[in-house]
Amino acid sequence: MKTRRLIIRQWDLQLMVVPALIFIFIFSYIPMYGILIAFKEYDIFQGFSASPWVGLDNFKEFLYADEFKTIMRNTLGISFLKLVLGFPAPIVLALLLNEVKIPFFKRVVQTISYLPHFLSWVIVSGFVVTMLSADYGSLNIALEKLNLIHEPVNWLTIPNYFWTILIATGLWKGVGFASIVYLAAISGVNPDLYEAASIDGAGRFKKIYAITLPCIMPVISIFLILAIGDLLSAGFEDILLLQSDIVRDVSDVLDTYVYRVGIRNSLFSYAAAVGLFKAIISVVLLTIANSLARRSGNSLW
Amino acid sequence: MKLSYGERMSSGIIYFLLALLVFVTFYPFWNSAVISFNTGSDTSLGGVTFWPRDFTLDNYDVVFQDKRLNQAFLISVLRTLSGTLLSIVMTAIFAYGMSKKELVGRKYYMIFCIIPLYFDGGLIPSYMLVRSLGLMNSFWVMVIPGLISIWNMIVFRTFFQQLPDSLEESAKIDGCGYWKTLFRIVLPISGPVVATLALFTAVAHWNDWFTATLYISNAKLLPIQTLLQQILSSNIMSEQMMQTSSAAQSHMASARTITTKSLTMATMMVATIPIILVYPFVQKYFVKGVMVGSLKE
Repeated sequence: MKTRRLIIRQWDLQLMVVPALIFIFIFSYIPMYGILIAFKEYDIFQGFSASPWVGLDNFKEFLYADEFKTIMRNTLGISFLKLVLGFPAPIVLALLLNEVKIPFFKRVVQTISYLPHFLSWVIVSGFVVTMLSADYGSLNIALEKLNLIHEPVNWLTIPNYFWTILIATGLWKGVGFASIVYLAAISGVNPDLYEAASIDGAGRFKKIYAITLPCIMPVISIFLILAIGDLLSAGFEDILLLQSDIVRDVSDVLDTYVYRVGIRNSLFSYAAAVGLFKAIISVVLLTIANSLARRSGNSLW
Repeated sequence: MKLSYGERMSSGIIYFLLALLVFVTFYPFWNSAVISFNTGSDTSLGGVTFWPRDFTLDNYDVVFQDKRLNQAFLISVLRTLSGTLLSIVMTAIFAYGMSKKELVGRKYYMIFCIIPLYFDGGLIPSYMLVRSLGLMNSFWVMVIPGLISIWNMIVFRTFFQQLPDSLEESAKIDGCGYWKTLFRIVLPISGPVVATLALFTAVAHWNDWFTATLYISNAKLLPIQTLLQQILSSNIMSEQMMQTSSAAQSHMASARTITTKSLTMATMMVATIPIILVYPFVQKYFVKGVMVGSLKE
């Protein structure tokens, strides 16, 4: 065996990669195999391999479960709103930042707006609770001063406001950092184009519309494809941290449901089936989005 | 160049919107800090916004004296240091090996690494794996699963591949093997990449609360973010205050100036400070990080 001799001769080089590959096998490939639990009825006493196969029973159970409708509505509703509001926001921010001609001001805006990305969701949820608190929250103070409300509202306990709070929080945390890629793309636009447009008498908005946006379109469409592939990920940490039993009906999404029934209630097989259901639909969505993008020439693959 | 009236108008609007963004982003942080420096009893009367009304350091006093919080800080520091150091070293070794064209099986190894980036087992199978490995309730569950990062490997590997061959040629002539070359020659000139990846790994470690929520029930092993989450969600702070040192109790007994909320704010601030401290460095390496991030998604 020629290969074997080669491997032995470079044993010190192989020693650099093989342990890591074994590590990847354990922590990435074994869980992939472990997803088969979704087709079994896991029994703690029998263990993984001895548990009986049940085919698609777990999937059927989820599809017919009382919560199915609520969870799908929340998942799709929240992530659709996140997409519609959260996707264009960083692009708009990048476009606005690009118009700023005072370097100091630009730096301040960037420094401050990128910061929340680096804070943990626990801290961010703490801020949300502080801002919205009924006894000392600044939002209530401000609204009372403006005479818009007459007594403090306990915002986080009202189901109607939950989605708004969630999406606003997500924007607050992510908009600045997400704008960096677009800002980088904008800085790559050929300045001659703007100059030519100025000579032709184009104003600021005309330039954004006719030059900047078309030039950064490839970047936008790549991120849009990825965002569509993620449509079933309505959020996890943010929802887990902001939800309470009072708002459960509007806040439970696929990922939090998997956690709640799987880990908290130890229904491993059922929860794994829900997780797999989500993963499969996500791949389908990603493929559809990509094939749509391919027609416009900006696909991922 | 003279701007038209319309252009000046729109400039004004743009500056205003961005200033508003800065305010909205900064205010929650500022307000929480203010509350942490204000006596709790005064805060609960409402109306504390931009400046402490009744300044005090008592909240921080209690936080710094609380045994559980100190323990949680220690755990956070330990996991961040060990997790970052081990992960960067091991990933760098892995990446260096993968960057060598003569590595037999390189193509297959790479495919082996790429597949997990597209498919993963998800929460439940990972949980079952950790359980069967006996990592439940162990400090190492916060470190070991993250030791090899495939993304970081790809970034390191790309960097190593761009290094001039001549650099390593001479080391080879001097009789250095792969390992020696990596540690003596390659790593010392990889400062910026190491710094970027280390900073992002460290921030992720410091901020991670969910791993401990999933796998750790022993209160002594909880990192600060997880403990803070428990405090925030169940306000266990009130019972905790009963158990704190006598100094804290006398504070309470004397004026009852400390409340659950003021203590939570002080804890939150202390948990955020390390991030604020490394932020200027993180910002320096940002753009690279974003490129990694965009690759990641």
